[in-house]
Amino acid sequence: MRIIFYIVQKEFLQVFRNRMMLPIIFVIPVFQLLILSYAVTFEIKRINLYVVDNDNTVSSRSLIQHFASSPFYHIVGHGSDNQAGMEFIQKGKAHQMISLLPGFEKALNSGHPARVQVINDAINGSAASLMSAYTVSIISNFNKEIITSFNPDAGAAAKVQWSFWFNPELDYKTYMVPGILVLLVTIIGMFLAGMNVVREKEIGTIEQINVTPIKKYQFIAGKLIPFWIIALFELAVGLIFARLVFSIPILGNIFLIFLIASVYLLVVMGIGLFLSTVTNTQQQSMFLAWFVLVIFILMSGLFTPVESMPQWARNLNVVNPIAYFIAMIRMVMLKGSGFQHISRELGILLLYGTAILSLAVWRYRKTT
Amino acid sequence: MNSAAYAIEAQNLVKRFGSFTANDNLSFFVKKGEIFGFLGANGAGKTTAIRILCGLSKPTSGKISVAGFNVFTQAEKIKQRIGYMSQRFSLYEDLTVAENFRFYGGIYGMSRDQIRQKTEEMLGKLNIAELRDTIIASLPLGIRQKLAFSVAIMHSPEIVFLDEPTGGVDPITRRQFWEMIYQAAASGITVFVTTHYMDEAEYCHRISIMVDGRIEALGTPAELKAVHHALSMNDVFIKLARKAVNKE
Repeated sequence: MRIIFYIVQKEFLQVFRNRMMLPIIFVIPVFQLLILSYAVTFEIKRINLYVVDNDNTVSSRSLIQHFASSPFYHIVGHGSDNQAGMEFIQKGKAHQMISLLPGFEKALNSGHPARVQVINDAINGSAASLMSAYTVSIISNFNKEIITSFNPDAGAAAKVQWSFWFNPELDYKTYMVPGILVLLVTIIGMFLAGMNVVREKEIGTIEQINVTPIKKYQFIAGKLIPFWIIALFELAVGLIFARLVFSIPILGNIFLIFLIASVYLLVVMGIGLFLSTVTNTQQQSMFLAWFVLVIFILMSGLFTPVESMPQWARNLNVVNPIAYFIAMIRMVMLKGSGFQHISRELGILLLYGTAILSLAVWRYRKTT
Repeated sequence: MNSAAYAIEAQNLVKRFGSFTANDNLSFFVKKGEIFGFLGANGAGKTTAIRILCGLSKPTSGKISVAGFNVFTQAEKIKQRIGYMSQRFSLYEDLTVAENFRFYGGIYGMSRDQIRQKTEEMLGKLNIAELRDTIIASLPLGIRQKLAFSVAIMHSPEIVFLDEPTGGVDPITRRQFWEMIYQAAASGITVFVTTHYMDEAEYCHRISIMVDGRIEALGTPAELKAVHHALSMNDVFIKLARKAVNKE
């Protein structure tokens, strides 16, 4: 134990003496949290619409008016042929074009289907489907008005009353911020510990350690503990930020969140330390760590729902620690889930962490 | 042979890297308390041999024991009893003098008091007590090398291995460094030192000269000069090293 203490003490001295390290550890994460949380959004706040109205009747203008009065739509141009609208979309000035042919009102009045053509810029597929949803809902409102104007009793249909649990305002940040916290802790955990070991290899000081009777597990523990503490501290800073700046609800037990994070960190830091035992330069270990991290992050369910991934990808997530952590932290922070709800995932992470750390100890070579 | 009299026994030490033989059948014995010089040109295989004796590298074959322990099976036991100062700089440049002593003393399992006492003693010997809270990076190379040596012997090892400890250091500092080596030897520590400065060879009790991974000569400086009809170790070395193939 005493030997581990001396390594931990040395690491803290070095971290706090390094002028670049402190900003890396404390300032950059706050910026990331602020920027990513505000900027990375799935919501569409402004749709630029180009209108081609060749009917030019009360009905057609009324439909256009429905769009114009929606806060999400912004009409960027009117014209009489689709070609001009296509031009707008090509140049990126419009996201959507609505085209009404002559005879729109006549068809409505005679009870025939009246056709509306909607063209979406679907380069970003999920944005395009959101746009479609907005458009469909505006048009169906318009339909309802038409129907009630013909037959005042027709309004009485089954009405859906939605209620959104756990994120009642469908606030995107409530969903994202816990995930971004996970990312911050992950990057700190995976990189700092691993880089640190490889740095000692590069400088040559690791030889001086390898020539002492230190036990392999003592060395790995000495490298794990300091950065484990720093990452947990970072999580605390992030949570305070989330609470104060974004007013993210923290429904679950705060200690449970830290318990989950501390187990999770054993896994990612174990991976970082393991990679450091198989690489010789910071460059190599950086590339390997990024490779692993990018795959883990993209598959984790942070940006895209895990439920919509193909089955093979969901199977791969069995070994993805980030997926477990994001699922758990969202459950605890937003749903207020307790220990019994996450104990299975937590148990898996604990096993995983033990395995990967043992692997790192085993792979660390004092004698080559 | 009475093994208790020897700090290091190496018989037929062989180390191969693929098809390259770095150490070809080395056999030598180092007596306790001796200053044993390991000489050779760059690339002769000195560092490879020293790393094997310190347990940093596994030999391919041979019968080797250090401080009475087998390097194949008891490397960790050896490590408690030796000190090592590598060719590369081994102190943490971003820590102070005292912090380096505390760290290395700590991982050798020394107590807090022992560490404090040793640190004062070592700095006192070097007359640099006022530098104890100075960051290593701001110290000149000569002082750093002396400190690295002090750190290597602070846990009172039986044997200390020095791999080109005086590389790049001025003649005065080299002289002072050798005084430290003599003090260490006088206190009972066996010193195993590699160098390619031939004047330093004269300071050793016994030396071996390596050429192309083999030991070409072994004996006291006086013996070697007599056998090779040379006036100085420099001449001995040049005569032997001419045969070398593995030039850098």
